[in-house]
Amino acid sequence: MIKSRKRLWVVLASAGVLVSAGVLAGFALRDAMTFFHSPAMVAESPPLPGQRVRVGGLVVEGSVERPASGGAGFTVTDTIADIRISYAGSLPDLFREGQGIVAEGTFDESGLFVASRVLAKHDEAYMPPEVASSLASAEAQGALPGAAGRDAWTIGQARIGQGRS
Amino acid sequence: MIAELGRFLIALALIASIAQMALGWVGAAQGGRSAYAQAGRTASLAALVTSAGAFALLIVAFIQSDFSIAYVAGHSHVDKPLFYKVAAAWGGHEGSMLLWCLILALFGFGLTRIGPAEPAFRARSVSLQALLQSLFFGFLVFASNPFDRLDPAPLQGRDLNPILQDPALAIHPPLLYLGYVGLSAAFAIAAAGLIQKVSGREIARALRPWATGAWASLTAGIALGSWWAYYELGWGGWWFWDPVENASFMPWLLGAALVHSAIATEKRGAFPGWTVFLALLAYVLSILGAFLVRSGVITSVHAFALDPERGVWILAMLGVSAVSGFGLFAARAGQLGEGDGFEPTSREAFIGANNLLLAAAAGVVLVGTLYPLFVELLGGAPVSVGAPYFDAAATPLLILTLLLVPLAPFLPWTNGGARPALKQMRAAFALVPVAAAGVALVWFGAPLLAVTGGALGVWAMAGAAMDAFNAMPLARTRALKFAAAGRAMAHAGVGFLALGAAADASRPADVNIALGRGESIEIAGRTLTLAEIRRADGANYLADRARIDVSGGRSISPERRYYWAADTHTREVGLGSSITGDLYVSIGEARPREDGSAAYEIRAAFHPLVWMLGLGAFLIVLGGFSALTAQILTRRQRGAQA
Repeated sequence: MIKSRKRLWVVLASAGVLVSAGVLAGFALRDAMTFFHSPAMVAESPPLPGQRVRVGGLVVEGSVERPASGGAGFTVTDTIADIRISYAGSLPDLFREGQGIVAEGTFDESGLFVASRVLAKHDEAYMPPEVASSLASAEAQGALPGAAGRDAWTIGQARIGQGRS
Repeated sequence: MIAELGRFLIALALIASIAQMALGWVGAAQGGRSAYAQAGRTASLAALVTSAGAFALLIVAFIQSDFSIAYVAGHSHVDKPLFYKVAAAWGGHEGSMLLWCLILALFGFGLTRIGPAEPAFRARSVSLQALLQSLFFGFLVFASNPFDRLDPAPLQGRDLNPILQDPALAIHPPLLYLGYVGLSAAFAIAAAGLIQKVSGREIARALRPWATGAWASLTAGIALGSWWAYYELGWGGWWFWDPVENASFMPWLLGAALVHSAIATEKRGAFPGWTVFLALLAYVLSILGAFLVRSGVITSVHAFALDPERGVWILAMLGVSAVSGFGLFAARAGQLGEGDGFEPTSREAFIGANNLLLAAAAGVVLVGTLYPLFVELLGGAPVSVGAPYFDAAATPLLILTLLLVPLAPFLPWTNGGARPALKQMRAAFALVPVAAAGVALVWFGAPLLAVTGGALGVWAMAGAAMDAFNAMPLARTRALKFAAAGRAMAHAGVGFLALGAAADASRPADVNIALGRGESIEIAGRTLTLAEIRRADGANYLADRARIDVSGGRSISPERRYYWAADTHTREVGLGSSITGDLYVSIGEARPREDGSAAYEIRAAFHPLVWMLGLGAFLIVLGGFSALTAQILTRRQRGAQA
């Protein structure tokens, strides 16, 4: 083969693979994206029932229910609004009250969030970035001075220094 | 005292690295044999000794539970078993960064010993490795010192996160870092080659052993991490497309491409520019991974806690490495030339095609991982990209790659010719429809992707077996034997991985239920009965251990532990392994029932053929080290002849 034709062949094959990978990725991205909604956003304009979204916030103290039949229910808040979440699986071991968590799932007709996945971090000093920013904006709106979230967050950090007895 | 000495040693290591960079640079300019080059080598030894000393001191501080050091107080506890005290030295951000630096220095010293053969080329790569060392030691000294003091010192430490107190996870970081950081040597050699105007062939020859060793270690590190996630996290999976997993998967994909393209470049002079570019890109993606994992910009269950200052530092290191590497490439790539030509049915063409697919897969993973960040930067609503994207976008590319894997070893170099290869592979071709039918029959109603993956897994294994039969008798020297065996093992490993992944993707649905004593559930045709729960405490935790009897006479014992120091619960998954797969049971907390008895959360699953994933990874690692042995033997031979 002549060298220029050979090069053309390589360029065409590469372009073909890259374009099809790009198209594939584009379509997949459109289908697989899930948006994060803070409780305040949900209160203002709730997502359609059945639409896959992520929600998150601080787990409200005393809101966690663990029925004897399995699964769990709890409420998350960004200090402006609350979302009630039900989860059929087993909650992560690091799930606890007052901590920031993110849940993925859908809202049902009654406004209950049915989670298929609950993410709690291994690290108690960790706050999911979405939750941190939604708490910050809640504070900026003057919901509560020194919102609960910030306290929980700084307590987590201070503990590193203080150790435990 | 230990803390001060440790700080001092880290500072010395930074100074030694800067000296190594400067002396090596001057030495290379003088031809690589001058006193400057010699001094650069000495400086690299100094950097290695001081950083090893600092690392040893950190371990001593952990053994002594010196809680006046903030990092020790944050990750240890007097009640913790000794093994985990030692492992905690690299269990958190600062300590793991020190380990990263130590490995950089080790590879810097390694380059002075078994680096490129030509002296100026070698001195230049030692100098560039020192640039990478200086960046990271600077990060340690100025932003992440593991020896920072805590005043007042607490009486007790905060303990290492209990789920990290596990043998697999204790050795996972060192292996992973050998992989990530090993790619730094390939980066340094590629960049040095560009500066020295060395031919693409020579660059490929010099970087191949480093790339192969790093990539095999990275494979082992990822496999251990994945195995840990499978049995320790108790989520019932081995890969979640989490950003932190992706951060290691991208350099792995590019590393896989690099170890193959470097063969074609070294042996046949094909695509030299691409090989050099890959070597630069792979390490840059390793640093990008460190940024994603440690800066807290991305929601991940595995990420280190948010720390913007660290993030900025790592971003700066990423910028310096990327700009210097790619800038150099842009300026000098022309001198590498286009490379020697080849026919479409040659081995180079197939290696090139697989490189393209692997790089495209890495690109697809990169887009999915970074997309949420870009949206956020542009001020959009927070968004996340989950497993469905990666399954849909990356899997087809990997399947195509798998299709080509068994063919390439049968194709001749350069002039090509598919006919003899196809003839030799007839038996393997016949196996594929049989395997596809077999898979469809065994897992009736299995997803299409699983059937495809399973059939291709069998295809890769058959190809590898035939390759071994074909190539082993022809291999006359020890080096060729190691090379042929390495190739066959690694390719068979890829087949096992595909088959295991396909089997796990078509597994029956997991069961989540609360069980009382004596109650049973059914999964995958087996009856599991919760027989008893009793206490099984360890040195630094309390535990409830369940005995779950499986129909057929076996029993499985999952545990739920409470680590008081960290005030955290963890689960130890109970596994009932057999040739058909793993029964997988984890136990959660107790819940009171109305009649006063207790019910326990149980998660049960059956993972068919999951051992194939482990075996596949093991074969790839073994194949990688076998190839590395072959490369070292050939280079030694060449050195003896020269």
